Amino acid sequence: MENKQNVCNEIIRRSGVNPRKCMKCGKCSGTCPAYDEMEYHPHQFVYMVETGDIEPLLKSKSIYRCLSCFACIDRCPRGVEPAKIVEAVRLEVVRQQGNNHLKPNDLPEMLDVDLPQQAIVSAFRKYTK
Amino acid sequence: MKVSYFPGCTLKTKAKELDIYARRSAEALGVTLEEIENWQCCGGVFTTSNDEIATKLSSIRALKAAGDKGQPLVSVCSACHNVLKQTNAQFNNDADFAFRVNNYVKPDEYNGETKVIHYLELLRDVVGFDKIKEKVVNPLTGKKIAAYYGCLLLRPGKVMAMDDVENPTIMEDFIRAIGGEPVIYAYRNECCGGYITMESKELAAAKSKKVSENAKEKGAELIVTACPLCKYNLDKHAEDIPVVYITELLAEALGVKE
Ligand code: SF4
Ligand code: SF4
Repeated sequence: MENKQNVCNEIIRRSGVNPRKCMKCGKCSGTCPAYDEMEYHPHQFVYMVETGDIEPLLKSKSIYRCLSCFACIDRCPRGVEPAKIVEAVRLEVVRQQGNNHLKPNDLPEMLDVDLPQQAIVSAFRKYTK
Repeated sequence: MKVSYFPGCTLKTKAKELDIYARRSAEALGVTLEEIENWQCCGGVFTTSNDEIATKLSSIRALKAAGDKGQPLVSVCSACHNVLKQTNAQFNNDADFAFRVNNYVKPDEYNGETKVIHYLELLRDVVGFDKIKEKVVNPLTGKKIAAYYGCLLLRPGKVMAMDDVENPTIMEDFIRAIGGEPVIYAYRNECCGGYITMESKELAAAKSKKVSENAKEKGAELIVTACPLCKYNLDKHAEDIPVVYITELLAEALGVKE
């Protein structure tokens, strides 16, 4: 329990977000382009980190669905910046040894002749540490 | 006039047109893009967490290289521009971060003063759209063009500060300057899916389709972008409509394409 709270505190610190500012209006999730593919949505990330309910998030594929489009950052009426919480949760997972979500060996079959380098480096930056 | 230029990895490989036409057009407009020496890939996306240091060093080094010459740092790729500008903002707003990254550039530290501008801002604020209009020799008269901003040019608005984040005009003004007719459509600043194309082709396809369908529905014949990944996603997954780089259209209008 205490450990869970520590993880949440660290996520909050790293993200620079104050989850208490959230008024749970759901606008972030409403504008999120990855909404349909997320089990937990941006507003739930904020609430679950605030309340220490972190384990489901750490296990969820939702952390790999965020597109870093920053729409939720600009459209949240309270300036909560939920994308930063989503990212901080993902880092909690991928920073640990053996937890890289994208591995160099996965690459060859993902490539096509038009795929820009930008796609590859961006995916590595988000999914791998 | 000379400015520092950060091309980025994709402009050296899959998006050569974005780079070549940017240089040629700038030259025709009296601006030389001076590629900074030994630049390294920006990483494609900014990591928002304040304890990420290593992934931001390439940006800090590029910012410093431009600053040392007293020049603004220009890039064309929306992603490079976004990463450079967000890193610069973090440097200026977070003293702890500034101290930590400067440990890697010592003894000659970065001071945070480099101005980061996108190529479109160079056209609007340094050259001026009026001046461009005067230099156009092949106007794209009657061409209905949809500007695709995507995410990275505009957001986060507080940091990027290029234009109104929900009602931008810079690309439409650019289209007018080269003689085209801008098409306004709702999805012009919604995400194409970006790097999710590596993780879920379906999601990238769904997002890109919404953008191109909406542009077509509003009568666009052509979509313009400054981002290689937007172009890829739209070309690959979406409606049948040509997607071209801003710089290619500009070079064509200025008569320097060949
Ligand atoms: S938009 Fe902002 S205030 Fe509303 S639920 Fe999302 S984070 Fe909370
Ligand atoms: S930044 Fe991520 S969480 Fe926020 S709206 Fe975009 S995809 Fe959704």
